[in-house]
Amino acid sequence: MTHEPPMETVSLRVNGRDREARVAPDATLIELLRGPLELPATRFGCGTERCGACVVLMDGSPIYSCTLPAAAAAGRAVTTLEGLSEGGNASPLQRALIAEQAAQCGYCLSGIAMRATALLARHRDPSEDEVRAALDPHLCRCGSHNRMVRAVLRAAREMRESEGTSA
Amino acid sequence: MSALPTSLAKNPRLGQWLRFRAEGVVEVRSGKVELGQGILTTLAQIAAEELDVALERIAMVPAATGSSPDEGVTSGSLSTQDSGTALRFACAEARALCLEAAARRFGVSAASLRLADGDIHAADGRRTSYWEIGDAAIEGRDATASIAPKAADARRIAGRSVPRTDLADKVLGHARFIHDLALPGMLHGRVLRPPSPGATLASLDESAAQSLAGVAAVVRDGSFVGVVARSEAIASAAIERLRAAARWNELAALPDASRLDEWLRSAPRETTVVADRTAGGPRPARTLKASFTRPYLAHASVAPSCAIARWEDGALHVHTHAQGIYNLRADLAIVFAMPAERIVVEHVQGAGCYGHNGADDVALDAALLARAVDGQPVRVQWTRADELAWSPFGPAMAIDLEADLDDAGEVLAWRGATWSNGHTMRPGRAKIPTLLAASQLATPFERSLCVDPPFASGGGSQRNSVPAYDFPRVRVECHRVLEMPLRASALRSLGAFANVFAIEGFVDEIAHARGEDPLAWRLRRVSDSRARAVIESAARRAGWGSAKREGFGRGIGWARYKGAGAYCAVAAEVELTHEVRVRRLCIAIDVGFAVNPDGVANQVEGGAIQATSWTLKEAVRFDRTRVAADGWEGYPILTFSEVPRVEVEVLQRVDEPSVGAGEAAQGPTAAAIGNAVRDAIGVRIRDLPITAGRIAAAALAEETETA
Ligand code: FES
Ligand code: FES
Repeated sequence: MTHEPPMETVSLRVNGRDREARVAPDATLIELLRGPLELPATRFGCGTERCGACVVLMDGSPIYSCTLPAAAAAGRAVTTLEGLSEGGNASPLQRALIAEQAAQCGYCLSGIAMRATALLARHRDPSEDEVRAALDPHLCRCGSHNRMVRAVLRAAREMRESEGTSA
Repeated sequence: MSALPTSLAKNPRLGQWLRFRAEGVVEVRSGKVELGQGILTTLAQIAAEELDVALERIAMVPAATGSSPDEGVTSGSLSTQDSGTALRFACAEARALCLEAAARRFGVSAASLRLADGDIHAADGRRTSYWEIGDAAIEGRDATASIAPKAADARRIAGRSVPRTDLADKVLGHARFIHDLALPGMLHGRVLRPPSPGATLASLDESAAQSLAGVAAVVRDGSFVGVVARSEAIASAAIERLRAAARWNELAALPDASRLDEWLRSAPRETTVVADRTAGGPRPARTLKASFTRPYLAHASVAPSCAIARWEDGALHVHTHAQGIYNLRADLAIVFAMPAERIVVEHVQGAGCYGHNGADDVALDAALLARAVDGQPVRVQWTRADELAWSPFGPAMAIDLEADLDDAGEVLAWRGATWSNGHTMRPGRAKIPTLLAASQLATPFERSLCVDPPFASGGGSQRNSVPAYDFPRVRVECHRVLEMPLRASALRSLGAFANVFAIEGFVDEIAHARGEDPLAWRLRRVSDSRARAVIESAARRAGWGSAKREGFGRGIGWARYKGAGAYCAVAAEVELTHEVRVRRLCIAIDVGFAVNPDGVANQVEGGAIQATSWTLKEAVRFDRTRVAADGWEGYPILTFSEVPRVEVEVLQRVDEPSVGAGEAAQGPTAAAIGNAVRDAIGVRIRDLPITAGRIAAAALAEETETA
């Protein structure tokens, strides 16, 4: 029996909390999230950066957790779908996704929600084409694309409006 | 007393369909499963309606063998029809039984009681509730269908758009898919699939994998090879070692992918006549002929197939996202030569399911691997490459059409023929199991061959092969190909996708040959008023007849799914640049009584987008030996920026029975796109997918012909 390489400890910030877990040295971020960190909403689809199901935010930017080594996330801030609803409040994007009934099976949804969250953070008024282009790396086999695009545009609108009222 | 609906006749015990819980919840069990299509919301609406409780009080229980009614497979757009009808009658009767029980208790007439969200009030102020007396009231009672469900005008919940009961959890990240189940002591399995469909294992040195730390077992049974390990990553590493150590005997047994129609037409076959109204008739002035094809298509679900199995004391427990829990159980019982009662199969949601995919196959993989570690659950999740290469494919088809025309170009006679494998080999329906690994074991089961359901119940390759126009004479033959080099089975809409593409394309040609507008031609030749309504509605929405922009084309297609289901018409607008872009789809759908109209629209829109992807992009690639196993790289599907705008109009018909929505749009979408391409460039593409390359080749051929 060959010896297993020793496990490594990875410390990172996940959904606003400091977390630490032990993983195999070649583990990917998605293994860390779905495994020891028990955050299953990040989904595996292909493992080759071709479907977007696994996308999470690292320091605010979308990344493919299916290929990123867990060690590369050490010391960084990672946000998953679970982290969008701070304190139990759905994010504007999540509310818009529900309002638009923007899914069928919902398996592709978490990666898309993360990418869209990143888009809305840097672009307060994206056009429909910009939303589509941003979401292009994501596959949805159920054909819920248009509802999701509408939800992103609705979220952008509502975020602008609430900025307006709070300003 | 009316006749019992089929599902109720098979599962008459009311308590199997619903239970009242003390905390004010109705647990409702259906044999149909959630596949991402929203069926559980629809069924909950029906139950809430008949029981007169708020929708929130209904808890749909995931199906499991033993406790859920056996309703076969969740397929064929039959769930609202089958399970919905059963639940309407079961709940209407349960409501009446509760009122009767309360009436007895209070010594008053049932008619004098008032029911409010599960509370039962007597005129004198006394009260009880479903939650108190409901279970006892239905205990031991079989459905009689003696209580009529609500009339259309009394409905308050069914027929209104409600949010899907599962979507909020999915959006918030609370939902759990089968992939997320983590059972105590769970191990991870992986299977080494052969390099090609017909390959057999010649030799294997298992030691390299066995010596890997964390590997619990290497399993070999004939050509079936797998591992069980402590983690998925270790299982995957072990499989790569086995892959390198395995020697296979391969056969060049696949047809030529570029000439599938030739293979289909020359292979051994069984011919049936689907329609034969050919007597008499005048001599034609001319005959039009055309042939259409579609390639093999993959399900291409976004999630890989997954299952968990555990053996204990000779009993098997399986978690699956399969479409038919009882069907899967029946096949597992055959493979393991054990009584079905020793197997429990529980449904857990997977990603979207569009037909008979790898869900059942991976369940057998898990059960085979779990045998090596008695007592421990083994989770198997396919790789992306295996998902695309080993899930059963939607079969390739060739379709020949001929129309005899009179002097005025009117159809005197229509002849059609389909050439295809059968379109289904679902588990649990035959004496041999259809599960993938079953034919790879040391004592193998014969490989199953796809069959076609009878035309009267919808058919398979012959589905929608008989045109719904008023032609004086029609003959349609179905040639079921009896060799199956590529494992095929049911893919959403079965043969209807290609048949409607072909028929609706061909009638466009007939209209063009007369110089008649294709919409006008259709409206002249269709008498069914519901069909006319969807066609007119889609055309109107699309602005049929208005001026078109340069490079754009418009087309329409319609069908009544299975000749007895939903009516659907699609008008497509395409733009041809260096590629084919579908810009807009205007759809009208009539599913009879739409229980959840927004749910219907969601299903139809999704189906149309998926069909656009099939129509423009998809074909399974293979050489004479191997299926390409390169994941998404080799099987691109429609992306966000390629997805057309889709507008769906649901024509609500409260007095008509409900039929399914999920498979109605596929054929009409393909047809509308094909017709729109013809409209844009004057060339018809009859082979799917309609790619820029095919358009260029067809345009060139046209030029050479006319030159
Ligand atoms: S799972 Fe990471 S891109 Fe598909
Ligand atoms: S909603 Fe099912 S894959 Fe997108």
